Amino acid sequence: MTEQQRKKTAYKKKSQLMSIWHRFKKNKLALFGLVVFAIMLFIAIFADFIVDYERDAISQHMTKRFMSPSAEHIFGTDGFGRDMFARIIFGARISIFVGVVTIALALAVGAVIGASAGYYGGYIDETLMRIMDVFLAIPQMILAIAIVAALGTGMVNILIALTVAQVPKFARIVRASILTVKTQDFIEAAKACGTSDSRIIARHIIPNAIGPIVVQATLNVATTILVIAALSFVGLGIQPPTPEWGSMMADAKSQMRYHEYLIIIPGLFIAFTVMALNLMGDGLRDALDPRLKN
Amino acid sequence: MLRYIAKRILMMIPVILGISLIVFSIIELSPGDPVSLMLGDGASAQAVAELREQMGLNDNFFVRYARYIGHAVTGDFGISYRNKVQVVNEIASRFPTTLTLTFWGVAISVLIGIPVGVISAIRQYTFIDAASLFSALILTSMPAFWLGLLLILLFSLKLGLLPATGVATMQHFLMPSVTLAAASMATIIRMTRSTMLEVIRQDYIRTAKAKGASAFRIVYKHALRNALLPVVTVIGLNFGTQLGGAIVIESVFAMPGIGTLMVAAVRTKDTPIVMAAVLFVALLASITNLIVDVLYAYIDPRLKSQFVKK
Amino acid sequence: MTEKLLEIKDLSVIYKTDEETVYAVNDLNLTLNKGETLGLVGETGAGKTTTALSIMRLLPDRTGRITRGCITLGDLDITRASEADMRLIRGNGISMVFQDPMTSLNPILTVGEQIAEVLQLHRLDMSPEQKEKRVDEILEMVGLPADRKHEYPHQFSGGMKQRVVIAIALACEPQLILADEPTTALDVTIQAQILKLMKELKQRLNTAMLFITHDLGVVAQICDRVAIMYAGEIIEIGTTDNIFEGKKHHPYTVGLFGSIPDMTKATRRLNPIEGLMPDPTAPLGGCKFHPRCPQCMEICKTAKPLNIIDGTHAIGCHLFAGGAGHDARINLESTGGAE
Repeated sequence: MTEQQRKKTAYKKKSQLMSIWHRFKKNKLALFGLVVFAIMLFIAIFADFIVDYERDAISQHMTKRFMSPSAEHIFGTDGFGRDMFARIIFGARISIFVGVVTIALALAVGAVIGASAGYYGGYIDETLMRIMDVFLAIPQMILAIAIVAALGTGMVNILIALTVAQVPKFARIVRASILTVKTQDFIEAAKACGTSDSRIIARHIIPNAIGPIVVQATLNVATTILVIAALSFVGLGIQPPTPEWGSMMADAKSQMRYHEYLIIIPGLFIAFTVMALNLMGDGLRDALDPRLKN
Repeated sequence: MLRYIAKRILMMIPVILGISLIVFSIIELSPGDPVSLMLGDGASAQAVAELREQMGLNDNFFVRYARYIGHAVTGDFGISYRNKVQVVNEIASRFPTTLTLTFWGVAISVLIGIPVGVISAIRQYTFIDAASLFSALILTSMPAFWLGLLLILLFSLKLGLLPATGVATMQHFLMPSVTLAAASMATIIRMTRSTMLEVIRQDYIRTAKAKGASAFRIVYKHALRNALLPVVTVIGLNFGTQLGGAIVIESVFAMPGIGTLMVAAVRTKDTPIVMAAVLFVALLASITNLIVDVLYAYIDPRLKSQFVKK
Repeated sequence: MTEKLLEIKDLSVIYKTDEETVYAVNDLNLTLNKGETLGLVGETGAGKTTTALSIMRLLPDRTGRITRGCITLGDLDITRASEADMRLIRGNGISMVFQDPMTSLNPILTVGEQIAEVLQLHRLDMSPEQKEKRVDEILEMVGLPADRKHEYPHQFSGGMKQRVVIAIALACEPQLILADEPTTALDVTIQAQILKLMKELKQRLNTAMLFITHDLGVVAQICDRVAIMYAGEIIEIGTTDNIFEGKKHHPYTVGLFGSIPDMTKATRRLNPIEGLMPDPTAPLGGCKFHPRCPQCMEICKTAKPLNIIDGTHAIGCHLFAGGAGHDARINLESTGGAE
């Protein structure tokens, strides 16, 4: 490839991205989702600069229990006198971190499995996909609980459980994308030129299959955040005192008659984060393929 | 048609075996020792060794797996480590609660989701459409257990209209079922709307209009059945998610179902219960998918004729 | 003797979306007599289908709108009729045969059910047994065995599906059939069969037909009269003889004939019309064809040509306006073979 050609393709890629961004930008709801998620991400990353983890989110202050929202504690305090605002902020870090890392890992593993199945076909495809089918037959939540049962609770185990539960879905999506791309002429052309398999997958197939996969990944970060919260709520996820939105609600459940804010505020944060991701995912799908839009 | 059903049932067997193998291996990996759990910490080394031998824990993995499956097909899922009862009895006593909850959850999501989706599509770009899409967005974004808590807060604690926990009457099932229905209702609304929008743009809908059919007739006779075909598949696939959701919702409303049983068993490392519960739920999800697939083949003539002719 | 069945006067139709307004049909005038077949010929985008959909009043709800003019069928003004009246007309007074038989039938209803539906909607006097009998009858009439009525569309071939679509259109013996390129999507051999069938049935039932096509060969086979449409207007209309044998023609018609291969003459190459149809979102002044016309004059750019009528033949072109001081004797040989 000459320098000029390279510039040309780089330009083309950029303009494609630009036009996707252009269409995405037009969708006000998607843009709103992006802004909300960016704020959540900002909070999650810079949590330490906003509040002190040990002092505000972890140490208990028995004199300050169940204080309703006020100027000093804008989200009030919980049953151990901890500042809810601080716990919510660090909760964002955990939910977003676990959500994004889970999907990244699941995508990586799923992509390898799905790509091998789709690209090589034959008995490799059969074997891999039958195994994935078996995993898919177990509802995600149940599979996650079974893995937690084996490994025990805690952040790393939750990550593994959720990742395993998500892998089959991505393997399937990647395989389907590969199969659609594979039959197209330019792949045949690349093969005819003697390009190696791994190079064909990396340079030709993945860039062409990436769209739907990114959309799925975005939407799945949203569902994963919901699953983490649910697992933690039933006590099988992130364990107290680590501030996690779901387990915060589990702590407050017995007191909710008198202190509704302890339930309402963490729920609102989950709902907003998930909604932002859903809006982004939908917007991205429409931007990638305008024909799909109703 | 019978051939198709038989084929599908046969195809289910390896899947079920696969699920059991996965679950069995996962549980095998768990660090806890069932014998010390059963006997407590003070047990003598000899007692532990005897019980291990008695339980067959010294055999290799595949022998134990084969034995487990052998017993499972006769309905013997072992004995709970904690309270020494037959696992199968425990599951059986919890099962009706989960099934009732899931049934109502599915029923509510379908009975509300489909009409709302249809209306949303035929009134595209109106206020009704925007409102139903917005509600669907909210419902998919809310954690189900949070919705449950909010309902308890409002209807039980503030208004005192509905019981917050338990399963004694049908009233007890109302809030849990609605909570469970919410997320999948949203999926059904969106799915129905988009397939309906696609169908009403088809040429055969124009043909029906050219025949002089009324708008209502076009929707119910020509568009709806075509639009529902993909929705039926989604409802089937959603069932598993619904079962997963039921587990959490049982905890919110303190209902004695498979879910609360499973959660408690995981906490106490009561492996036989966890295994049986997971197998049971996965089996239920597979059977539902089978029913949905058969139903699908029945309502889609293109699929049906394939099997009738053979 | 010839009795007017359908009259279209000054019809204008637009499609309006957020971004743009498309002027699809502009001041179109047309009459169709009882039992007559009129060919409506033109390129894709000329407004042929829009005209047919306007007659059925089936323009897309949100975007399509009749802005001007009226369409009368007998005494009924279709542009002002209520939706309920229109439902009685559709499938009964006027039926439509669509272009693509592969997608025009509902995949989940049997063929028999789809034919019977028209009868259920319009023949309230018929008993269920009579309707069944009629379905069998009509299937045989279009050349399909009656016992195939229990089958679904996917079990039929393309040509057979089009027969079913025709059966649906004829079930109530309408006065008028709008056939929108009914043979375009079919193989050539099947095309000929379907054309023959339509011609026979039309004669047997004495139905009038508006036959939309871009294929002049088809027109010659089936039509009594021909209207040439360009950019939403009819630019030439006459009997089939007028169009195929006449000496005077609109330059566009001449171009249209120049674009088809002629087996009888040794032409080195086809003569496509240069350029594209004008942008329908920006209506053009004067004659719509002037940017592509090889004989364009100054007046063509500003004034809309009037119809120059000669017996059964009318042409909308300044070339034939009296005293234009121009050689108006344009014929196929002199321009078609040029270049």
